[in-house]
Amino acid sequence: MLFVNEHAVPFPRDRTLTIGELASLHKPGADIFIRNGHPVDPETLLEDGDHCSLIRRGEIPPPDELEFLLASRHTPGIHARIKKGCIGILGLGGLGSTVAGAMAKIGIGKMLISDYDRVEPSNLNRQHYFIDQIGMMKTRALKDNLLRMNPSLSLQLIEKRLREADLADLFGQVDVLVECFDDPAMKAATLRSVLTQMPGVAYVGSSGMAGYGENNQIRTRMVRPGIYIVGDETSAAQPGQGLMAPRVGIAAHHQANQALRLLLGVDPGRLSDQ
Amino acid sequence: MNITLNGKQKDLPSPCTLTQILNELQLPAESIVIEVNGSIIQPDAYDETRLAEGDQVEIIRFVGGG
Repeated sequence: MLFVNEHAVPFPRDRTLTIGELASLHKPGADIFIRNGHPVDPETLLEDGDHCSLIRRGEIPPPDELEFLLASRHTPGIHARIKKGCIGILGLGGLGSTVAGAMAKIGIGKMLISDYDRVEPSNLNRQHYFIDQIGMMKTRALKDNLLRMNPSLSLQLIEKRLREADLADLFGQVDVLVECFDDPAMKAATLRSVLTQMPGVAYVGSSGMAGYGENNQIRTRMVRPGIYIVGDETSAAQPGQGLMAPRVGIAAHHQANQALRLLLGVDPGRLSDQ
Repeated sequence: MNITLNGKQKDLPSPCTLTQILNELQLPAESIVIEVNGSIIQPDAYDETRLAEGDQVEIIRFVGGG
């Protein structure tokens, strides 16, 4: 079999077939050819079992093809697994809005996104919002942005100002809880709550990503199986040391990739720590 | 008395509560998580929790910003 934009077609037994020839049969006019997650030339010969994506540049695909094509550059097999995943994001600022964007782009099935605040101009140096969203609730602005990237995403919006006692009730069912708070007291509260009340939930926390210090000081540290902290654990946001998109973004993408690794089971989760 | 703090030996006066160790280390109580011998200690117990010889203590400290 060959898979063409997710549809199965027979693999020819009596002749060779290039991806360009496949396109002329199934997607005439295609000018982007992707084989097993990688762009190739149209003369590329196909093999039995290949997954092919055929795209006409500039065309918005029909809904049945769209979700599949969004994943055409993924490592093969990943999309189906993360579509079953559920992630909680605490705080939708520089970290949280960026983590949410990365997870939406790769097709996470469901996200619980939580923030009590509104978009304002001082957020825009690092947060995933636009000028025309100033004044909107962050949950709603982010929902609009995420659905424009990936319409299949399921979102639950939580708009209350969270306290430690709320966390297990609201987030106890997620696969991975990503802590993106600004306030260090809520960061500590989240780790405490995960360790004492959410035994099956993996956690990716954050500490220290202010300023424009060296990239390589930001790291992901495993505290125990299923429990990770991202940051340099030193650079606090404070007068004279601000939060800016480049370095906050490094930390946010560490968090997103760690969440992905936990969803895929590449890194052991909480239940292996028994 | 001797305890292990984040994997390293530390000498402390005896008796010593968690509040006192936090003061000595200059760590703000509200932004840390403490585990003693594998159990998380809730913040409202820091004043009464006394450390003993040989205790294994892990403290994780969070800084602000996100």
